[in-house]
Amino acid sequence: MKKFAALLLAMLLVLTMTIGSAMAEITVGIVNNPPSESGYREANVKDFEAVFSAENGYTAKTYYSLKNDEQLSAAQQFITDGVDYLLISAAETTGWDAVLASAQENGIPVFLFDRMIDCDESLYEAAVVSDMANQGKLAVEWLIAQNLEAYNIIHIQGAMGSDAQIGRTGALDEQVKGNDNWKLVVQQTATWDEAEAKKITESVINSKEAFNIIYAENDGMAKGAVAALDDAGISHGVGKDVIVMGFDCNRWALRELLAGNWNYDGQCSPFQAQVISDLIQKLEAGEDLALESKKIISEEKGFDATTITQEDIDTYGLGE
Amino acid sequence: MADQVKKSSGFWSKYSQLLVPLLSILIILAFNFFRCLIIGDFTFFSITITNNNIGNKVLTGNLISILNGASELAILAMGMTLVTAACGGQDISVGALAAIAGSMFVKVLRSGEITILTILAGFVACCAVAILFGAFNGTLVSVFKIQPMIATLVLFTCGRSVAYWINGGATPTVESPLITAIGSFIPGIPVPTPILIVVLTGVILALVFRFTTLGLYTQAVGINQRAARLNGINTTWIKLLSFMILGVCCAISGVIAVSRLSLINHETLLLDVEMDAILAVAIGGNALGGGKFKISGSVLGAYAIQALTITLYAMKVPSTDVKAYKAIVIILIVIAGSPVVKAKLSQLWKKIAAGKVRKEAAAG
Repeated sequence: MKKFAALLLAMLLVLTMTIGSAMAEITVGIVNNPPSESGYREANVKDFEAVFSAENGYTAKTYYSLKNDEQLSAAQQFITDGVDYLLISAAETTGWDAVLASAQENGIPVFLFDRMIDCDESLYEAAVVSDMANQGKLAVEWLIAQNLEAYNIIHIQGAMGSDAQIGRTGALDEQVKGNDNWKLVVQQTATWDEAEAKKITESVINSKEAFNIIYAENDGMAKGAVAALDDAGISHGVGKDVIVMGFDCNRWALRELLAGNWNYDGQCSPFQAQVISDLIQKLEAGEDLALESKKIISEEKGFDATTITQEDIDTYGLGE
Repeated sequence: MADQVKKSSGFWSKYSQLLVPLLSILIILAFNFFRCLIIGDFTFFSITITNNNIGNKVLTGNLISILNGASELAILAMGMTLVTAACGGQDISVGALAAIAGSMFVKVLRSGEITILTILAGFVACCAVAILFGAFNGTLVSVFKIQPMIATLVLFTCGRSVAYWINGGATPTVESPLITAIGSFIPGIPVPTPILIVVLTGVILALVFRFTTLGLYTQAVGINQRAARLNGINTTWIKLLSFMILGVCCAISGVIAVSRLSLINHETLLLDVEMDAILAVAIGGNALGGGKFKISGSVLGAYAIQALTITLYAMKVPSTDVKAYKAIVIILIVIAGSPVVKAKLSQLWKKIAAGKVRKEAAAG
């Protein structure tokens, strides 16, 4: 009788283990910024929700905050909870060493997305990020290809010191420095504020200085600048007086491109979840990641109003 | 002779408050005049009529930009003056509340086709929401006797999240010629619509003060609450009312800001405007501790702030330096309007007036 009971118990144990392993879900702890931050973040959060879903075999625990210290304690909590993987988009680049080291001690692989962290490369598996400098370069290359005689640019910058601003300003600054026919009529920050961008553009129009390009570092500011052009009766878009350039590829902005009211929109891809999921599956299969570099750059494009299609808008557009 | 002295000092006490904001505007314009003189180019002051992109004759120029750009601030400053006068404190949630109101406006507009009717419905809805939140702030201040800045800190902190929650997305857009008409120009009228809205709001407020006791009561509550209550004024209601009126001002500003761009971004809409609004009240010569007030002063203060911003843009001051320059000028204006300097000026004026009278008497 005792033997039988022991056998039954052993069988039960084996059964539960097999069932358990068949259903083994991968638990990921995601630390991100809240979706209300921007259209970019909203798309980013949706992307992660879609990829790290129950259907794909994941249990996702998420925490959103704009504050670094809150993010840090959430990450620490995820480590204590024993998640399998930790995915982080940090609010600030510093202060993460201790938490990442603690993850490593507990054998939890860490992936960074969207934003880099200032720490030793050995503390994370990979970082999937945008290359803002490349976005600027793509835009400037497009502008060079327009073959204008003179480039008189209204340059509206984002919040000074932000990654996006530094990257998108860099390439343009360099091009203007090296070419006599390139000139910044004005270079001002509107700190991502649409209304401020309108005021800056208005002030240039009022000064009666000639300009033929608006280079705004995001879509909202480009829209603000265009509102000023509309008020002053200055034509803009494909084959018109002023070239309008924006960044981020919001759906409404891409529709302006399709209608020919704007000329160029540079993509800033929020879609990093699939890349990370593929890497996690590799680790789960016991493979080595064998990455050339731990920094994986998201593929990003620039859209031209003359070639953009409705399909592009549906695929790459953010928001509604 | 004595009568004449009294009369001139009466004029002084009635309008001296407007001297500082008026002077600051004049000094900023004079500065621009000399700047233009040096570079030999007076386009800063030019006002031209152009055809805008929907084929409408409109006025453009820096002076128009100053009047137009300050619209939201001017309207907020009107409401802020009332709250300051009645409660002896400031509301720091006006920007957040404008974002909430703007979101509500957009929400209603996006629920169907955009017609004059839906715009009116949207405006009523956003006013209702703004009055509700204003009443919330007002209750904290008048019933629970919380310092206004602390009470409004609540909405300041959570307001933009509420706006996001109403939007249900990051930057919803509303495209319609009717919206453009509110935010920029009504076909056939060359003056920017926001300027007209400021005038309309100002006239309505002036009429309210002319035909009701609101102004007097607000002042009485601000100067001495106990005395006001003993005289039968419902001080709680007056304070609450001031916050509700400020709520309506937030709604109007929110609608203008949304209509300017046909888009709402809950994070940037009228960001940091609360500081400028309080500053406008201060430049306008109103005591921040409550009591006597002059709304026209605050409105002039708003235009002074905008004139300063436009000047800095016209001078192409580097992005990173703009705020520092703004701060320097603001220090000067605030010191010029301080009680100490004012008392000195007042003495000087009296001396001059008395001297004039004496001279006349001597000549006579």
